[in-house]
Amino acid sequence: MAKDRMTGSEMIVKALIDQGVDVIFGYPGGAVLPIYDAIFQQNHLRHILVRQEGGAVHAAEGYARSTGKVGVVLVTSGPGATNCVTGLTDALMDSIPIVCLTGQVPTHLIGNDAFQEADTVGITRPCTKHNYLVKDVNDLARTLHEAFHVAKSGRPGPVVVDLPKDVVTTEGTYIPPARARHRSYNPQVKGDIGRIEEAVALLAKAKRPLVYAGGGVINAGPAASQLLSSFVEMTNFPTTLTLMGLGAVPASSKNFLGMVGMHGSLEANMCMHDCDVMLCVGARFDDRVTGRIDAFSPNSKKIHIDIDASSINKNVPADVPIIGDCAYILEDLLKVWKARQAKPDGKALAAWWDKIETWRGRKSFAYKNSSEIIKPQYALDRLNAKLKGRDDVYITTEVGQHQMWAAQFIDFEKPNHWMTSGGLGTMGYGLPAAMGAQVAHPDALCIDVAGEASIMMNIQEMSTIAQYRLPVKVFILNNRWMGMVRQWQEFFFGGRYSESYMDSLPDFVKLAEAFGAVGLRVSDPAKLDDVIDEMIATPNAVIVDVEVDPAENVYPMIPAGAAHNQITMSPDDEAVLDADRREEGMVLV
Amino acid sequence: MNNNDIRKATIAVLVDNEPGVLARVIGLFSGRGYNIDSLTVSEVDSAAHYSRITVVTRGTEMIITQIKAQLGRLVPVHKVSDLSAEGPHVERELALVKVASTGEKRVEALRIADIFRARAVDSTIDSFVFEITGSSEKLSAFIDLMRPLGLADVSRTGVVAISRGPKAI
Repeated sequence: MAKDRMTGSEMIVKALIDQGVDVIFGYPGGAVLPIYDAIFQQNHLRHILVRQEGGAVHAAEGYARSTGKVGVVLVTSGPGATNCVTGLTDALMDSIPIVCLTGQVPTHLIGNDAFQEADTVGITRPCTKHNYLVKDVNDLARTLHEAFHVAKSGRPGPVVVDLPKDVVTTEGTYIPPARARHRSYNPQVKGDIGRIEEAVALLAKAKRPLVYAGGGVINAGPAASQLLSSFVEMTNFPTTLTLMGLGAVPASSKNFLGMVGMHGSLEANMCMHDCDVMLCVGARFDDRVTGRIDAFSPNSKKIHIDIDASSINKNVPADVPIIGDCAYILEDLLKVWKARQAKPDGKALAAWWDKIETWRGRKSFAYKNSSEIIKPQYALDRLNAKLKGRDDVYITTEVGQHQMWAAQFIDFEKPNHWMTSGGLGTMGYGLPAAMGAQVAHPDALCIDVAGEASIMMNIQEMSTIAQYRLPVKVFILNNRWMGMVRQWQEFFFGGRYSESYMDSLPDFVKLAEAFGAVGLRVSDPAKLDDVIDEMIATPNAVIVDVEVDPAENVYPMIPAGAAHNQITMSPDDEAVLDADRREEGMVLV
Repeated sequence: MNNNDIRKATIAVLVDNEPGVLARVIGLFSGRGYNIDSLTVSEVDSAAHYSRITVVTRGTEMIITQIKAQLGRLVPVHKVSDLSAEGPHVERELALVKVASTGEKRVEALRIADIFRARAVDSTIDSFVFEITGSSEKLSAFIDLMRPLGLADVSRTGVVAISRGPKAI
């Protein structure tokens, strides 16, 4: 048998190895049994058996986001594929490179309503960057290589390859990645130099500049973050980051204003509103960032760097659009800046910083601490303090209040250490994502900052964590409420707490023990530090049940549909909130 | 032109002729709430496996720019061209129009067909099928005139379009 002749299943294994894959997350089933048989007979690919396919996609997201590599998923047909839909949508919204291999019924049964048949390419078409149904084994290798190319180039995203059972059992010819036909899909990475020069001219003249960067900088690789940081340092421009962009500029940088957006800092949001030149790098003017669009940063010229042309002028018109990869463009931007010996307007910048310092002085993330009850902010404040100085920490979150507090209180010095479901807002993301990050970094400290409601959505993955002895830490801020839902009900629905109370919660300590992990509980603020220390010191998986103040709300807050300068700072700031209880603000969107 | 003015755009899209490509384009329009006034598709280069989709849509300048960008990022899409914005172009549509009538109405239908340069491609003693090409407006005008003369059935292709001059898409 010629060396490049093999079955479809063997081809899949070979293609994954040739693409540099070492770990895949998956769950077997009828249609993928031949592929699992091929996996059994080799030692290069490590397979992590999740407990539900949704967990596999989030784990692959955590793996991808923490390594910069493509995350790979293998699931069976029908329910295996449909269970992936949430994760795929999540990866699409947050631009995470994923290749998801789904089993399919044999080609002659497609369309017959066969057992475990689903129209996977039809279902996943709108929630993937691209997808394929492979009908001929001789197209298989090329398609797989192309899937990796599409997933990781341009704006990254999830790609599904649907694999009918007869295709993976038939013999065909394998082609290596180098020989795979590269189709027309070759996104532009270098930015237009004329536009970059325009941007430099605009930035050098700015009186009130602001750098606003997002997840695109993280996706462009660590070099992009370094370039951005040196640009910010060189110019002394104030800089804010989106939820997805945290870590792109070190949190300890004096230029960093904190996160922007609905629950961002006062200084970041006020700067957004008042700036005269905005340099947006790899962010997409999401509604959670812009608030009321017609009142968004009314007096600024906007420079928008994005690899995805459809992100430009989608929500906010850009004055200087630059399409391409952030790293390449930032490199050119720095070159042009230096070549022109551009200098920021020092006097204006100093005045701008004075103004910013007064906003900073109001300490918008401040909270009233208590010696009786653990404030959720205090719990994260302490966790952050205990993590200081370590560079092997990966934080994931679920979705809700705890997510916003984690974004506010945990400092990220480097990119790729923070993983959260930003665009889709998927409860249940954090635990499998932490698991994926831990698989990629076995000796690192991977912590899922969770809420007691979200953690229940993928709690079954504790079993995966047990099987592979992954020392994932789950730090639950337990307030017995779907906190963010409760907060909105308090603010906008007259305190009618419809279905947001978490009744019949499990005993998380016993739950941890049932999964072979260590369970810890703390309700006394004085004992919090010891419990965090114990969590960090424990070599096994740990669930910490932190009983926190159930009445606490996330501040500051820009109600949906309000402008940035209509920010509500604290519960004492009710008047502002009342003024903004407008129609749009009432909709939980 | 005001930024909020709605204009019509005839967009030509050159795509790989592969399964699902039309579904991707249509899904994009429905998923993002864009209008489709007309859509045609056919293979135009069998050796290169290229199909050409002509889609007529309407929206503000910002929406149309978005549509172009969204189409452009679909993996099987090679080229997107807004023919309405990029200079003069020719638009044509073909219709088959069935008119069932007798006597004076039948004669009048034939007379009007002649004026519109429509061709009878099928005839029975009490019906005609006319083939007519031209702009969508011309086709609509012809169909309206046939209505009182026994219009029985209409099948239209939707618009195909191409730029004037030597330059290709």
